[in-house]
Order: sequence, then C-alpha cells, then structure tokens
Amino acid sequence: MAEGHVVGIDLGTTNSLVAYMEGDRPVVIPGVDGSNLVPSVVALDPITAKGGRPTVTVGNSARKALIETPERVIYSVKRLMGRDLEEVRTELKFFPFRLAGDIEAGEVPRIQLGELRFTPPEISAYVLRQLKRNAERFFGSPVTQAVITVPAYFNDAQRQATKDAGRMAGLDVLRLVNEPTAAALAYGLDRAKEGTIAVYDFGGGTFDISILKLRDGIFEVQSTNGDTHLGGDDIDNLLLTIALDEIYAEHGVDLRAHPGAVQGLRKAAIDAKIRLSTEQAANFDIELPNGDRYQREIPRAVFELLIEPVLKRTAVPCKQAMADAGVTPEQIDEVVLVGGSTRIPAVRALVDDLFHLGARGKKPHTELNPDEVVALGAAVQAGILAGASKTTDDMLLLDVTPLSLGIEQLGGTVARIIQRNSTIPASATEHFTTGVDGQTNVAIHVLQGERELAADCRSLARFDLKGIPPMAAGLPRIEVRFLIDADGILHVTAREQRSGKAAEIEVKPTYGLTDEQVENMILDSFDHAEEDFSRRLLIEARNEADTILAAVGRAPQNPAWNELSAEEQAAIAAARDRLVLIMQGSDLNAISQAMVALDKATRRFAELMMDAAVSSAIRGKTMNEAGKEVNDAVSAPHDFAPAEFK
Amino acid sequence: MLKVLENTVPVACWSCSVAHNESTLFCPDCSKIQPPSSGDFFSVFGLEHRLNIDLAALEQEFHRLSRRLHPDRFARASENEKDWSLADTALLNDAYRTLKDPLRRTEYLLKLEGAEMGVSAAAPSDAALVQNQEKIQNQQKTSRVPADLLGEVFDLNMQLEEMRMARKMGQEDPELKESLRQAKEKFVGLVGAVDRELRAQWTIWDGGDAAARQPAQQAMMALLDRRKYLSNLVRDVTEILGD
Repeated sequence: MAEGHVVGIDLGTTNSLVAYMEGDRPVVIPGVDGSNLVPSVVALDPITAKGGRPTVTVGNSARKALIETPERVIYSVKRLMGRDLEEVRTELKFFPFRLAGDIEAGEVPRIQLGELRFTPPEISAYVLRQLKRNAERFFGSPVTQAVITVPAYFNDAQRQATKDAGRMAGLDVLRLVNEPTAAALAYGLDRAKEGTIAVYDFGGGTFDISILKLRDGIFEVQSTNGDTHLGGDDIDNLLLTIALDEIYAEHGVDLRAHPGAVQGLRKAAIDAKIRLSTEQAANFDIELPNGDRYQREIPRAVFELLIEPVLKRTAVPCKQAMADAGVTPEQIDEVVLVGGSTRIPAVRALVDDLFHLGARGKKPHTELNPDEVVALGAAVQAGILAGASKTTDDMLLLDVTPLSLGIEQLGGTVARIIQRNSTIPASATEHFTTGVDGQTNVAIHVLQGERELAADCRSLARFDLKGIPPMAAGLPRIEVRFLIDADGILHVTAREQRSGKAAEIEVKPTYGLTDEQVENMILDSFDHAEEDFSRRLLIEARNEADTILAAVGRAPQNPAWNELSAEEQAAIAAARDRLVLIMQGSDLNAISQAMVALDKATRRFAELMMDAAVSSAIRGKTMNEAGKEVNDAVSAPHDFAPAEFK
Repeated sequence: MLKVLENTVPVACWSCSVAHNESTLFCPDCSKIQPPSSGDFFSVFGLEHRLNIDLAALEQEFHRLSRRLHPDRFARASENEKDWSLADTALLNDAYRTLKDPLRRTEYLLKLEGAEMGVSAAAPSDAALVQNQEKIQNQQKTSRVPADLLGEVFDLNMQLEEMRMARKMGQEDPELKESLRQAKEKFVGLVGAVDRELRAQWTIWDGGDAAARQPAQQAMMALLDRRKYLSNLVRDVTEILGD
C-alpha cells in the first residue's frame, strides 16, 4: 500500500489549520488564498444547484456570507460537538443558529441551515474536507491519514464526534492529540529541554491547562484540566450583550431582531477586542436603522474590569492541575501560551501571577504564533506516527485522561474505576453479579466526571450484559474490562467467568452517532473512487477560478469599486485577464498562482466592500449589490502569509 | 530485555516462528511484539514481589518500555500488532501507576498474596441494580474508627460541626480555628507515623520467609485501614480551614 503524507490538523472553534513535517520541521499548509488560517465557518451557497444539494463553502468566503445570509451560515460548531439536546439549546442562546424542529431526546441534535439540516460532526467534516483539499493541492497527491487535535478537557462523546467528523471527511484519523500537548511538542522540538512545563491554552471556545514533564524526548503529561465552555467567544458575547443593551436603552432599537445586524455588531466587538490588546482604547461607531449613531469608547481599563470574571475562571483549573501534578508554581520551569486569547495583556498578567513568573525573572513562551502552534504540534505527532523523520524518532508523547471514569452503583453514587490524569492507554477490570435468581441481563451505566453523584456526571453509555447463564443470585461472576485507548476513547468488553461464556454486550452510547449513521454521512464517496486525481484537482481549480472571476465581474457595480484608484482598477483587470488566459491550459500550479495574484490585487477592494457591508447591515439595508465572492480579508489577526506552491 | 521470572511454556513467535517464553513482550529473535501474556504488575517490569522499589529505575524502565510498546509506534502496523500494543501499553501504564505509589503498591501486593481485604458483601436485594462487591467492602472498611482514637475523633468531629455552623452564620471563631489547626497538625503527624511503620513492615516482608510475612501482612492491612481513616479526617479539616 502506498503511504502518503500524514497531516496534522488543528480543528479549532474559530480557525482551523493543516500542517505537515517538511523534513525535520513542521510547516503550515496555506489555502488557495495564501492564508494559513481557514475560518471554521460553513455556509450553504444561496444559489441551489439544479436538482442537487446546494453547494457548501468553507472558510473566508463562508464568513462573508454571515452578514448577507446569516440563516445559511454556521460557525463555532466545535462548541456543539458531542453535546446533547439540552446542552445545545443552552449553547445556542448566544448564537444565531436554529435547531431542526423535530428532534427527539437522545438523538444527535441537528442544526437547521437554510433548507437542510446537519449534525455538528457533519459541519466539522466540511471544514476537515477543505483542509484535506488544501493539503492535496499542496502535495499534488491524495491525503487520507491525519492527526486531529482536540481540547485536552474534551470528554469521550466530544472525542468520538471529532473522530466521526474525520471519517465523514474521508480521513483515517490515526490519532486524536490534546491541543496543549501538541503545543508542547511544537515547542519541545528545537529545544532539547528537560523539566516541567505548563501549557496555558486559551482559545476561541475552550480553555485547557496541561502540566508536562520533559525528559529524553519523552513528553509525559502529569495532569490536565480545563473548561470546554470558556474562550474568546465568551469575551465577544460580553461586549456584544453590552452593546445590544445600550443600543436598546439609549436609542430604543432592538437589534436582536435582525440577525444580520447582530453579526455586524459581533464583528465590531471582535475588532474592538483585538485593538484593545495593543491600544489603550477602542471605539464603537455604528449607524442604527433609525439614523441614530451608537458611539462608545471602551478604555482598556474598563475592558479589563469587564472581562475579569471570564479570565478568573481559568485560574481554578490551573490550581487544580498543579495540585494534581503535585507541583508548586515555583517548580514549573516554563510556561507556554497558546490560543488567540492569550494575546490579551490582562491574560498575560494573570498567567504571570498564577505561575509567579515575573517574581522569578521568567517570561511565558510566545515565540511560536499562538494561532499556529497547535497545528505545528499536530504535524510533529503525525511525524512520530509515520515514523518517517529522524527528528521525531526519539520523541514520545504520554498523555492522560482528563476525567475520571466511573460506574453508577446502588443509591445513585459513582464508583470510580479509572482516576483522572491516568496515563493512557489505561484499563480497569471490574466484577459484577446478579441480584435475583435466574437473572440473565445486567445493566451497567458508565459515567465520566469528578462528582459523587451519577446525576452530576456525564453519562457516557449504558451497557447491557446479556446472555448470562441462569444461576442463583450473586453466583455469576461477570468480568468487565474498560479500556481507554490512546485517543482517550473508551472500549468495553465483558465475560462471564463461572461459565466461561463471553457475555454478549450491547453498547448504546448515551449520545453520539452509530457506525451506520456515520457511514451514511460520509461526504463525497467519490473521493475514494479510482479517478484520475490530478484531473480532479484541475477541475476543482477551474471551478474555483470561475467563481472568483464571476465575483470580480460583478465588482464594478459595487459602490466600493469607485473608491479604488485607476491604477488599482487596472491591476485587477490585468490579473483577471491573466487568470482567464491561464485557466484554459492544464498547468495546475500556474492556475493557482494566477488565482493568488488576482486575490492579492482585489484585497483592498474586498476590505472596502466588507466595511460597507458591515455598516449597511447594521443600518438594516440589504446588500444585493455587494459582490458575492471576492475573497475577503477580514480581521485575520495575523499578517498575510505569502502563498507557497511547489 | 525483559527478565522472565517464572518458567513458562515456550510458544512460537507469530512472525518468525522461533520459540520463546510466553511472558516475553517481544520476540527475542525478530523483535516483533507478541500477544499479551497474563503477568502481574511486578513481572511487567521484571521485578520480584518486593515493597521496597528503586523509583528512579522504575521510571527509567517505564520510559524504555513505553518507547517500544506505545501505540504511536504501531500506527501503521497490522491490526493484530495494534491491538497487542494497546493492551500491553495499558498494562504497562496500569502497572507503573500502581507500583510508583507506595500505598497502591502495598495494597496491590497484599491482594496478590491473597490477603482477605474485607468480608463478603451481602447479596444485593434490588434486581435492577448491580452490586460492585469490592467497592462496598472498601466503603465499609474506611468508616471504621481506630479504637485508640475514638475520643479525639469525637472531639474533632464536634469542632468541625461547630465550625460549619459558624461559617453558615458568617462568623469566624479564631480560637476554634486555631484548635482545628492544632488537631490537623496532630493528625498529619499520625499519618506520618503510619507511613514509617508501613515502611518498617515492608522491610520485614521483603526479607522474611512465609512465617515472617504472615504477621507483616496483617500489620500492613491494619495500617492501610488506619491511614485511610486518618487522611480522610485531614482532608475534611483542610477543606474547612481552606488552606
């Protein structure tokens, strides 16, 4: 079997990335627009393809649709992965998406997107497929194996949902790696360090803290803790709520009734948050539907006061992780910062305080781009698994399970069988018996969590041990083996020992998809067909070029067009003509480069148009005239990365 | 290489057919991983049943075996090899977790030596629920107050209750707090004393013959019970003092 590249994927709440090992160093693979980050946003194209399902777009172009057709766009879906109906309902209070109407308890919730409905793993699968395609375009060969990162504090259901998403996208997920651990791998690569390090990972939607011991290339996680419900999103929602309330109180306008306007305001809130990391104040200046202006200056001091409760929530997991690892702040040699939210100065101050850094003359590590470090680490782990690189040959990651595993016992209490922070793979064997004479079934309820009562823990699965030979009560001895694998996912096997008969075991996950459901949701089964791969790439590239050209064709009708100088307009025309010419040929790289060139030429135009789109959406006007597709350049918090094509 | 302690039946390597001992993790001839054997935690590390253990050597051996056995090394191997690597690594991790901790190690060895860790639980009466016998025994065991501490434990529980009440009313009684601090110090000292006694028993057990081991086992079981009780008390006091 020909074995291609194993890629490392950071499937993030806000942005996703794909990376691989180029020789002995990890490198992020850019998309066709040259950007390393693919926004984790999925949109249904408003134009329904004749007869078939509407086209799905992912990334920057999908993000643009947020303002024009918010009911056809979904983002931050990671917050919904592996969650049950009730949890999703709570979560959706802060988001504009709707649940499909007729979901029954116990079913995996589906999100209504336009006229279609999707489970969270399906949405994630679209993001993964985009990353897979980016990598395939980059290598010019199929990519079928990947390492995907998950928050360390993800539970079994959330991990399983992520693995399902990989399978739907046509990826064999060789390993799920915890995000903070991946970051440690990326940092540990160039420095043959020994000692204890803490990784503080504050991303868009989740918070993780991990404490690791490094020795001779072995990265041994001592403890991990976190909150899968805490991230930059919470800060955005805070600013958004305040702005919405103030607008209602001062101007009598309820923007909540206009999803497009709320999205515009959300973007303004995110921009303000980002500016406040470098500036002392940021402004909201927005025109309202009634012609009023909402003007508000937010000084950094006010912002810091506002977000303090959110930031403080990261302190408790940090202290617990240190206690579990049996270390004091002084015993932590290095602290690594990961995730976009660690750019906030108040977060850095908190970290300094938690780990007594300044007092010891130390600084946290921020050398690697916090948006990219997890993907780079995933690539390192991919290298370890592929066994192809000398650099990663000596490296080994020993991770832990973040949550204790237990079984419900008499009285609704939980008997713990695998403690949190146990190195994985880990196993436990328990013995069960029957309560009445001739009983042939035994039900076992498996839970995950640290609380004493089953009702307070997360229900993982209910197992039915069937086919127990009829015996007097208490006589059968059923041995059940629980095994948490290297991905942090639980497996169960059972055996009746007295009769030596293997008890039939029926595993019914409390939440989550069955194997059959996952099979039915696999995207593009043609991905596996024996078709000419480079031909497919060429067709895709031409389709993409067509889309871009159509958008550029509409550009002169947009008011923003007139704001461009004559030189800028001429540059766009030249780049357009070149692409039209080159796409007639079959040189894939040349077409890609021509698309990147056109994208660069239209960048300023896209920015002007986005600004116009945001303010007009808030005014409640429609954006019929706004271009549909020009690749935008909104608020990516890092510099434009030059495209690299081989 | 892994030391083989017991003389076991030789089996043929699945890959190269060379015969080897059943409890070997890797074929001595072709180095391929072998189906998991049924060794105990000590044999995973090539150790005899001993309570005094060189922890640095244990960690080193854990890392050495992890490098060879871990599923990361078998990501592209056959399904069988993947399964064996997973089972072996789980066993290795379970063994390391148990042996590196002095209390878990003692408990484990006592269990291996067939010590009766408690009385059998009564048969469950409720048909719908499953009894987990071992857990119930453990719960019964830890609620037994050591006879020599009855008076002190009674006083401490009174003070804890008083402190909880005061907290509820939003009051702080510095005298009560100080007295609890002293009690905590005393009980922490008692835990330390148990640990020293336990270590003394380890040495007796490690060096003794069957006749010497029997009383040492009894003593260790009693010490483990006592320690569990004391550390629960210390935990409760620490919680209330908030330090």
